[in-house]
Amino acid sequence: MKQVFKRPASLKDIPFHFCPGCHHGTIHRLVAEAIDQYHLRERTIGIAGVGCAVFVYEYFDIDTAEAPHGRAPAVATGLKRALSDRIVFTYQGDGDLASIGMSEIVHTANRGENITVIFVNNTVYGMTGGQMAPTTLLGQQTTTSPYGRDFNQDGYPIRMAEMLATLEGTAFSARVALNTPANVMKAKKAVRQAFEMQMNDMGFTFVELLSACPTNWGLNPIKANERVEKELIPYFPLGVFKERKGSDHF
Amino acid sequence: MEKRLFMKGNEALAYGAIKAGCRYYFGYPITPQNEIPEYFSRHMSQAEGCFIQAESEVASINMILGASAGGARAMTSSSSPGVSLMQEGISSLAGSELPAVIVNVTRSGPGLGGISASQGDYFQATRGGGHGDYRTIVLAPHSVQEMHDLAMLAFDLADLYRNPLVILADAVLGQMHETLEDRPYRALELPPKNWTLTGASGRKPNLIKSLYLKEGEMEKHNWKLFEKYRSMKKEVRYEISRAEDARMIVAAFGTSARVAKTAIQMARAQGLKVGLFRPITLYPFPEQALLDLSQRVKKFISVEMNTGQMVEDVKLSVARDADVYFHGHPPGSPPDPEEVFEAIKKVY
Repeated sequence: MKQVFKRPASLKDIPFHFCPGCHHGTIHRLVAEAIDQYHLRERTIGIAGVGCAVFVYEYFDIDTAEAPHGRAPAVATGLKRALSDRIVFTYQGDGDLASIGMSEIVHTANRGENITVIFVNNTVYGMTGGQMAPTTLLGQQTTTSPYGRDFNQDGYPIRMAEMLATLEGTAFSARVALNTPANVMKAKKAVRQAFEMQMNDMGFTFVELLSACPTNWGLNPIKANERVEKELIPYFPLGVFKERKGSDHF
Repeated sequence: MEKRLFMKGNEALAYGAIKAGCRYYFGYPITPQNEIPEYFSRHMSQAEGCFIQAESEVASINMILGASAGGARAMTSSSSPGVSLMQEGISSLAGSELPAVIVNVTRSGPGLGGISASQGDYFQATRGGGHGDYRTIVLAPHSVQEMHDLAMLAFDLADLYRNPLVILADAVLGQMHETLEDRPYRALELPPKNWTLTGASGRKPNLIKSLYLKEGEMEKHNWKLFEKYRSMKKEVRYEISRAEDARMIVAAFGTSARVAKTAIQMARAQGLKVGLFRPITLYPFPEQALLDLSQRVKKFISVEMNTGQMVEDVKLSVARDADVYFHGHPPGSPPDPEEVFEAIKKVY
């Protein structure tokens, strides 16, 4: 019998600890598939952000380092400069990347560091128990915005993929979602392209993945997927916002 | 005899670091240490290394973490407020057991303070500095020669103990010119770096982390670190001079020790039997050497450019075997030798 589906070689054979309906497991798989596709497992180094994202080292069968909160792009910069022929990616959530780590992500993109950033945007702090994130939608209730996010008090949710696309150093910036099989296939393509562009020394590549957090949204997994469609995608549109072609690579 | 150079302290330090194989420098401008990043920006490409002017001290120290995880010799430098910003990263380096060299060419504080010399960061440097129960080796140069020599030693000690190391200089040492013997770098015998993140090719994946959530793991890790800090104690370095017949010892490090040396000459000229004790490692503090001295010398005075920091270590070292006095010159400017001489006379 022909095997048509199996665990990617870059993932260890242990069950994920993630909550039911969480998209982290799917995202791990997409990253591992990209690493496998280009036979990069033995020369890829992952940098874990803080939060639910930190446990990438439990699941990926690759060298990994853990960065202080928000600093993964700086850690990846130092590592990639020291080992420029390796593949380096960071894996960060929205609190890590878009709040405490805003300075590092912007300047790393602006320097055009040849790394890939996997940005998991689920509009909430996961591991600390559901506090407001910089990407929390207006009106969304969290443990620190109990009456709903109010722009007078908290400002507006930040669109990272669009913001980073404005920087000359960014080679690729895309936003994808994982709420339907069709979106997962598009997400897979974006993650793969980001790694491929890094292999070709094209510069900074960024993939934002809209992700469900049923636990902290107080929804079941199906309702959480519906929320991605009805609430997240209208504010965080899917698409490729920047794509450097080989010919315009400076 | 080695070739002699005439160099500024900050440049001598950077020159020594490159000789010791430092190939990655990440830093952010701040006075009075700017000659260090400027030197690296001119020389790193010839050395086939990498210089980045980072967006902040927070980014600098984390770039160091990444380069060090990849097995490279990496350093950053800053001055007091910038080093405060780096503390989370230094704590992470210690927890992750990564070697790194951090240079603090101190200025006065608190807050933005001023750009003149200070020894106000002694506590921060010698007590870890950031959160958590960790220590770093702290080297305290007192001349341009030592800025150069200790920079070379720093990388070996950091690698040997897989630990961040701090060079605690100050504005005077960074800015002054002196002659320098161009000594070659002689490497210590060091263990292989088999823990680096280079891609898991033909081996199991390596992991660099400081987060320990599973029951019992954190305790075990901290005991291991504790043993390491204890083993660092054999690295003590210090200078004792004119102590053979001394009735009194001046304890001072860095620029204060330079001023104290002149003050001791003035005292000797008037027949006062005064010697010098100068710690070169502030951590580990040379406590045994001080305790030994206190068996025959019964008066010590700690002279510092702060309101009393190292004096606590001097007191802990001599226990009750001698009287310990303090002369402090608050951050803002270095003391004159006359001022220190007066303080010596008062206690003598």
